[in-house]
Amino acid sequence: MPPRAGVGLKPVHYRTILDEGPDVGFFEIHAENYMGAGGPPHRYLEAIRSEYPISLHGVGLSIGSAAPLDRDHLMRLKDLVDRYQPGLFSEHLAWSSHSPVHMNDLLPLPYTEETLLHVARHVDEVQSALRCRVLLENPSTYVTFARSPIPEPDFLAALVRHTGCGLLLDVNNVYVSAINHGYDEFAYIDAIPVEHVGEVHLAGHSPSHDTAGRTLLIDTHGSAVSDNVWSLYAYALRRLGPVPTLIEWDNDVPPWEDLSAEAERAETYLRQARPRHGAEVGDAVVAG
Amino acid sequence: MPSSLAKIQAEFQFALLDPERPVPAGVVGPGGMADARRFAIHRNTIMIGLVEALEQRFPVTRRLVGEEFFRAMARAYAAVNMPRSPLMMHYGDEIPAFVAVFAPARSVPYLADVAALELAWSRAYHAPEAVPLGTDTIRSVLPAALIRSTLTTHPSLHRLRSPYPIGSIWRMHQDETDVEALEDWVGEDLLVLRPHAEVTVHILPPGGHAFVGALAGGESIAAAADAAIEEDGRFDLGHSLIDLFRVGGVTRIEPGNENKGAT
Repeated sequence: MPPRAGVGLKPVHYRTILDEGPDVGFFEIHAENYMGAGGPPHRYLEAIRSEYPISLHGVGLSIGSAAPLDRDHLMRLKDLVDRYQPGLFSEHLAWSSHSPVHMNDLLPLPYTEETLLHVARHVDEVQSALRCRVLLENPSTYVTFARSPIPEPDFLAALVRHTGCGLLLDVNNVYVSAINHGYDEFAYIDAIPVEHVGEVHLAGHSPSHDTAGRTLLIDTHGSAVSDNVWSLYAYALRRLGPVPTLIEWDNDVPPWEDLSAEAERAETYLRQARPRHGAEVGDAVVAG
Repeated sequence: MPSSLAKIQAEFQFALLDPERPVPAGVVGPGGMADARRFAIHRNTIMIGLVEALEQRFPVTRRLVGEEFFRAMARAYAAVNMPRSPLMMHYGDEIPAFVAVFAPARSVPYLADVAALELAWSRAYHAPEAVPLGTDTIRSVLPAALIRSTLTTHPSLHRLRSPYPIGSIWRMHQDETDVEALEDWVGEDLLVLRPHAEVTVHILPPGGHAFVGALAGGESIAAAADAAIEEDGRFDLGHSLIDLFRVGGVTRIEPGNENKGAT
């Protein structure tokens, strides 16, 4: 996977991408949108895959569920990995399902030793089933748990140590959570084991407030990346070096030009980023 | 014994799905205090996502009743039909049945059937790929064997029957432009399938519904024609058979055995 800027693949852009062949580093797909048996989604994805690298981003595996992983869903992911040979595969440090209901949201976890061992077991299971490295994404959160003694970056670092997984650093999520919980977003970046970050996500958020009137940022993916997040991205790149960076814009999807302008802006930062000492391009990728 | 994580998630989910319940114990904002607005973000996100999934799957149903009505109906549906799968493309399978008994929608009696058409459309859209046979295939089978042949219908193929002209209504509401009143307000039988890249919707001729149904059920062409004539005496075997091939509804033809069924 090249250390370039990519964008989330949206059906409204299928034709533009195939007709115009824009110079984009990669396209990321939400795995669950390509789990139908056949039809236009697969036809377009095959055509786009033949021209561009693809990263696969799962949103429904519920790795943080206390219940066992959904084996059927894991096999559907395996089919996609086998079929499209993505350069990167990522999922979330979150949970979505508590049997039998799938809540279709990424819900927060208490960061305890119990959760750590539990999530690590699930990550092991995913990596051995898919036979590729998983990049785990840091969540955006609005609430936390009274008993959650391990700081999030430490929790992620411990998961990397336990499972050999990588990290997907969502810089917007870092910013959103830092504002929402009142911690220092730069210190969070400093605490992340950068050598294991295989991908970065950038997205827009929107402001709201909580019951006490404090600012609460909502991770909406429905607008351009904010200036504060670009600044934090520039800061992160000084530690990370150039890393594949995705522009996520999932709601109120803009015209292709606006999306590619965001990717172009990320590329400007990436071109200025110096390679991390000792890093090889693409070393975060272990597939097949 | 359930782990404490399992207990935390059970309580979290219980509170998420019931807006009347307070924030679960131990779920806090800064300063260690529970905050209802923070917890409500998750309730809102879930509901918005489910309503959007239904809006994407039932665009004409939404157009027929308007955004406000549809969203209220979708929220009422979601409140009692949470997803059982992470595949949002399959969310809303029970919408036609729900709409049929949703009292506020009673003034639009054809709404449930239009929703059923959109459900068939979406299933055809995601159905497995299969290459349809052309009409020339019919000529390659000897007429005597043809009538005893069985056909494999396309895996994307769905039939619908409605006492309302739902195919015409659906077609007229493909965009937001104003529509004229339908001249013939009669029931329609429909065939929905995706032979190649695009989903197509066809109005079936008299007897066509029974004919395609019998063929899909593995009956021979002769037996299917009998069923069709029984349903509607105007059934035209030649036209119906050629049309089924022409729209891409057949992927395999198994010529009949001369002796099969002979006494």
